[in-house]
Amino acid sequence: MMELGLILVPSAAALAAFLWPFERSRPWFLIGVALVHVALSLTLLVAPPAAPLSEWIGFDPLARALLPTVSLLFLGCALYGVPYLALRRERSNRAFVASMLAALGLMSAAHMARHLGLLWVATEAVTLASVPMLHFNNSPRALEATWKYLLVGGTGVALSLLGSFCLGYASLYGGGSGDLRFISLMAQGEDLSRPWLLIAWALLLVGYGTKMGLAPMHTWKPDAYGEAPGIVGALLAGGVTTVAFAALLRVRAVLDAAGEAAVTSRTLLFLGLLSTLVAALFLLATRNFKRMLAYSSVEHMGILAIAASLGPAGVWAALFHVWNNSLTKASLFLSAGNVRRAAGAATLDVASGMSLVTPRSAALFVTGVFAVTALPPFGPFFSELQIVRVLLESGRGWSTAGLLACLLLAFLGLTRITFSVVYGRPSAAVRRHAQRFPETPALIGPPLLLLGASLWLGLFTPSVLRSAWKEAVDLLFVLP
Amino acid sequence: MTEAVNLCVGLAMGLNLVALTTGRLPSLIRIVAVQGMLLGLMPLLLEHWAGPIVFLMVLGTVTIKGFVIPYLLRRAMRAAHIDRDLEPLIGYVPSLLIGAAGTVAAMAFAGRLPLLPEHRDTLLVPGAMASVLTGLLLLIGRTKAISQVCGYLVLENGIYLFGLLLVHSVPLMVEAGILLDLTAAIFVIGIIVDRIQRAFDSLDTRKLTTLRE
Repeated sequence: MMELGLILVPSAAALAAFLWPFERSRPWFLIGVALVHVALSLTLLVAPPAAPLSEWIGFDPLARALLPTVSLLFLGCALYGVPYLALRRERSNRAFVASMLAALGLMSAAHMARHLGLLWVATEAVTLASVPMLHFNNSPRALEATWKYLLVGGTGVALSLLGSFCLGYASLYGGGSGDLRFISLMAQGEDLSRPWLLIAWALLLVGYGTKMGLAPMHTWKPDAYGEAPGIVGALLAGGVTTVAFAALLRVRAVLDAAGEAAVTSRTLLFLGLLSTLVAALFLLATRNFKRMLAYSSVEHMGILAIAASLGPAGVWAALFHVWNNSLTKASLFLSAGNVRRAAGAATLDVASGMSLVTPRSAALFVTGVFAVTALPPFGPFFSELQIVRVLLESGRGWSTAGLLACLLLAFLGLTRITFSVVYGRPSAAVRRHAQRFPETPALIGPPLLLLGASLWLGLFTPSVLRSAWKEAVDLLFVLP
Repeated sequence: MTEAVNLCVGLAMGLNLVALTTGRLPSLIRIVAVQGMLLGLMPLLLEHWAGPIVFLMVLGTVTIKGFVIPYLLRRAMRAAHIDRDLEPLIGYVPSLLIGAAGTVAAMAFAGRLPLLPEHRDTLLVPGAMASVLTGLLLLIGRTKAISQVCGYLVLENGIYLFGLLLVHSVPLMVEAGILLDLTAAIFVIGIIVDRIQRAFDSLDTRKLTTLRE
């Protein structure tokens, strides 16, 4: 029953925070819930409960492999959220805090869902819960970003519901009961009707791919991440995208069981390479460092898709990369938020010479960029190395070359923007503006902690995590 | 039985085409509401046992799609002082032609898909595909936020129609969750539409073009 606490505690706290009458103390709900959530998920990671796979919802190996990173990411965001919201007293934080907590509960539910319909309900609800956070700044630009997020994301998620139904019909036509639990779909295996299966895969890939932000369905991402506060970007890029990726992994397992592994591999590899290419090209062009982070997220989603196309060893590396990406990207979004706040804008025309204005945040930002571009000894280096190795071993030389070329281009794009933000001379206006936002330890600590976690993950990957990822791979590749 | 189902789906497909030709927002909202109610009633035709839970589900769907959502949309429309979508990106006649061609293509394509014997004579699959296409067409082709929301609802109606094929296997709890999500979505969209109206003094989504590379 402990695992249900992962869903119920944040949900109840979301309601309580919504009704809580005091603006100043409301953000503390975030830290309280985050601590409980981390404690619960780490306990469950070390001592996994016996989760019968036939249940609709349960802390199964895939949830065990991925959910703790959501908890840790949320803890980082919660610690940052209290000082951040104290700076934003001009806006009521009621909807913001409540939807952050609701999003945590719903992400936990989506990770633990073992029923395609339930998974959809939770994913759609996460999409809706992020809306109040996205337009927290309430500027016309933030509204525009929110509208695009709602329309593109909503249509994508709707298509994935249609895909879920098609999968159900594949089961019904194949003589099954149309049961949408993953375990029964996998058990039906090759009896699933092939045409319906392929239609379902196309729709689910487009639908959950939109949520993940794979190219060419990524168009909402730069706008949303560019306009939302850094803390929201951290939560979306590190948490919500992971939910969609886990959904794709589960659906892929069904198609593999039905003997369509060649189709899923080819499509995932294609979308993954396309995403890294699109991201690399836009990284060379963009002049806004928050949009840069969005394209970097597209790039990493592409890497995940490539890894997921590679069979058991690739999926193991993908789960490793999910952890690295979540923690590193979250740290980067938070430090970028600090820099952006001090500079007053995220474009390169305004933000320049930030190492003189906000030295600590700028240092964190640069280190984060190096970590995310796979500089050893940070975590992403090891997971990307693993992915490249598996890709080479699978005999896909051209794909490997393409991926490495895109990674190099992305590195050039990222460092170009970062150095232009950090070095140079800050304008007098920026210096004046920055005086209103001193760098307090409360705003530096959380990104530092998250970056430290990424470093720790790279240097000493705990054996409990390694075995958790291994078990998740077994769940996805061995027939029940 | 099949005749009644086909009559309902046929009417819904007709409403798709009417929706594509209208530029007046109140009639668009009404068409989508009627379509939603029509489809909401269909489980009564398909279920052999109209138990109390199915009845409750039908009541919920009809209330939400026929009354709650149209109410929310009309309120947003009145707040914005507009009732027409006069400058669609895809004109009314072209979109009607595309919609009609799409409906024909859906009929032809559905005929080639493997269907269970009990679904072979119904219009459920082509109806669903035609509604999804119509919804996408409205989403892409119209410029006012409210017509785009109506497009999203038509798309959702199409998915609902497809879901009826699985009416015996998808648990009601999931159906209820889907309905709840839809209502929440329209509620959230309504709030955003209201904010857009205040910030831009217009509901023309073509004005939302600051963010681009």
